[in-house]
Amino acid sequence: MNPSVLDGYDPQGFYCEMLQSAASRVVRERLSGLSIAALKQRAGNANAELYNLGITFTVYSDAKTIDRILPFDVIPRILSGEEWQHLESGITQRITAINLLLDDIYHKQHLLRDGIVPPDLILGNRNYRPAMRGIDLPHKTYVNICGTDIVRDERGTFLVLEDNARTPSGVSYVVENRHMMLRAFPDLLDEIGLRPIENYGARLISALHEVAPAGSGDPRVVLLSPGTYNSAYFEHVFLAREMGVPLVEGRDLLVEDDRVFMRTTGGLSRVDVIYRRIDDDYLDPEAFLPDSMLGVPGLMRAYRAGNLALANAVGTGVADDKAVYAYMPRIIHYYLGQEPILQNVETHICREPAALRYTLDNLAELVVKPVGEAGGYGITVGPKASRDELDECRAKLIADPANYISQPCIKLSVAPTLVDGRVEPRHVDLRPFAVTGASTWILPGGLTRVALRQGSLVVNSSQGGGSKDTWVVA
Amino acid sequence: MPDVLLARYADCIFWLARYVERAENLARILDVNETFSRDSRGGQNWRSIVQLNSDEERFLASHDAPAAHSVVNFYVIDGDNPTSIVSTIRYARENARTLRPLISTEMWVQLNVFYNRLTELSAEDLAPGNLAALFAMIKEACQTHTGITEGTFFRDQGWYFYQIGRYIERADQTTRLLDIKYHLLLPSVADVGSPVDVSQWNALLRSAAGYHAYRRLHAASTTPARVAGFMLLNNAFPRSVHHCVREVGRLLGEVKSHHGLRNGNDAAEELDRLQAVLGTFDIAAILRSGLHEFLDSIQRQLMAVTRELSIAFFGYTPETSQAQTASSQ
Repeated sequence: MNPSVLDGYDPQGFYCEMLQSAASRVVRERLSGLSIAALKQRAGNANAELYNLGITFTVYSDAKTIDRILPFDVIPRILSGEEWQHLESGITQRITAINLLLDDIYHKQHLLRDGIVPPDLILGNRNYRPAMRGIDLPHKTYVNICGTDIVRDERGTFLVLEDNARTPSGVSYVVENRHMMLRAFPDLLDEIGLRPIENYGARLISALHEVAPAGSGDPRVVLLSPGTYNSAYFEHVFLAREMGVPLVEGRDLLVEDDRVFMRTTGGLSRVDVIYRRIDDDYLDPEAFLPDSMLGVPGLMRAYRAGNLALANAVGTGVADDKAVYAYMPRIIHYYLGQEPILQNVETHICREPAALRYTLDNLAELVVKPVGEAGGYGITVGPKASRDELDECRAKLIADPANYISQPCIKLSVAPTLVDGRVEPRHVDLRPFAVTGASTWILPGGLTRVALRQGSLVVNSSQGGGSKDTWVVA
Repeated sequence: MPDVLLARYADCIFWLARYVERAENLARILDVNETFSRDSRGGQNWRSIVQLNSDEERFLASHDAPAAHSVVNFYVIDGDNPTSIVSTIRYARENARTLRPLISTEMWVQLNVFYNRLTELSAEDLAPGNLAALFAMIKEACQTHTGITEGTFFRDQGWYFYQIGRYIERADQTTRLLDIKYHLLLPSVADVGSPVDVSQWNALLRSAAGYHAYRRLHAASTTPARVAGFMLLNNAFPRSVHHCVREVGRLLGEVKSHHGLRNGNDAAEELDRLQAVLGTFDIAAILRSGLHEFLDSIQRQLMAVTRELSIAFFGYTPETSQAQTASSQ
């Protein structure tokens, strides 16, 4: 017999993005008319095409570079128009607050004086850039491109996991995945009211024009990449091509009289806006790491002189810091006078006595994370920790509570995923991409990352994660 | 928006074209040698190929005397040999990777697939019975690249630098081919008319895809002077040195005037001198004063043109251009 795609699929008690979505009915029906064998064949073709197209990220092993594709699962993740509207308004609210926060902390610092966030969390943060103090940005937009990581719990509630306000990547996969689905599954997405995602590049360059320095007329935009050996090089190519702008490296640019130029066949040519895919630290050896080979000496001088726009602005990393994240609901309330539309994952800020007490009382059920600069290290996952590990964690919490936050373990939602010729539930998250110039626009859908290993909650591409096309329907 | 091209991109597109042209020429030479040199002088023929690329020393460091199998292996799949086809296409692909925002997706995909295919070649593919098919695949892949480029590459500055690179490389390859083969064949001039000799000259013409055109021109006789004259000076033969040099001159003039580039006058002058030489002498005069010396001077002038282009358009200084030209030949 030829079982069809969703025959015998069991989400095992998790919230299922396919079965519990009101918008997926037509797609479910069509999938039930498709055999797993046919699905597998089309999936194989699609992945071979991604490889030939070179839609790859680069990994390094034994001093050789290897191009890998981000494994692509062909069963789409579906969001309804209503769900999307909720996400859209929630993300817009969050980015608005983040931009107000950044403008404030690099100017008058009302937030700190009003005691909303402890000053040392901001001013002592390694991503806080004193060089940004007093610089006025067009539209006060610091975060032009944001990729907010969102998960869904067992009730289907959307929760923000992380605000990626520096140089979020992944949007190229969103668009290329869609192109792939349009070619491989025209029958699946025909006439279902799927929202198009074609115009990302046009939206992005319009937003960058909006923040260009005053008087730059028809501004010249470039995309600054660390180069072909960067793991996200394909995405840099994609973005430059979609915007129709030159893809430059640091060595192509120079600063003279606080103005930025690129070296062309016809000599030096003025640059007004840089979408940089290089971290703050490496951007300008005069201002930051002096031995950076990737950056351009003098870039910050041009920036301070108002002759250059950088997207994202320098110093946005402080806003997507884990410690500051915990305060985001209060930050939204402080600047906008609104309740957050999208909630954080419930976070207990252990520097506050009540939160510390709660954390100590429920240690075995919570995830405890250090907030300091050493981000990923020292996480204790209560349900998986031994008695000794819990005791050790308890001691650390009591010794230095300000260095910790705690969160409940979230049971991430699942989506049906083709794994080894079977369709099984796998955990997913969502990263929508928001573009902000004078106002915020969000690409409908976003990158759905899927943890391909059974039971795994880790969706990162470096650790066996893949991606799905995200469909906003009607 | 004014038309601009990053200097580094101009450099990459110039070399992308050169590397693919180089790979195609090498495949032609190996193919013809394989097909037409299974005779008593086979060994000598394979040695001449190693000399053609000035690779003799490096080849002998890791191999015995050049023979069909070792030379083919060295020049097709040996990734440690920088002048092998797989290495040359790797450089082309690396340039294409850098140029992805500029070139068409079709151009990139074809080179990417071609390179992946070359890396997957096995000893089996290099067995004597399979070689003709292998070289046909490589030549066709290079020509496919040229065709896709012609049909999809946007006609702005990059297109000019691509073509300039292609013609410079082609001119250079023809001089090298002629230099080695002519020397090798000269001792046999006394045997003109013997079957072996004619097949050698025909092989030379075939490797440059000039056999049929030459026949149309000189149906009755194959002489060293006529073959050399055809490959060097014929105006209609697309691989002749004179034709290629004239195209480079035309393209450089066009890109300068169409795109308002003020630099590049030194390269243009260098090309004028080269064209004057090729337009002035006939083959008899060239042979009298020494073909090898003549070809050598053309190669040096082509390198000088590359150097001047690198300084004028590709962002090199006189010092860095010297190093770049030396390492790329």
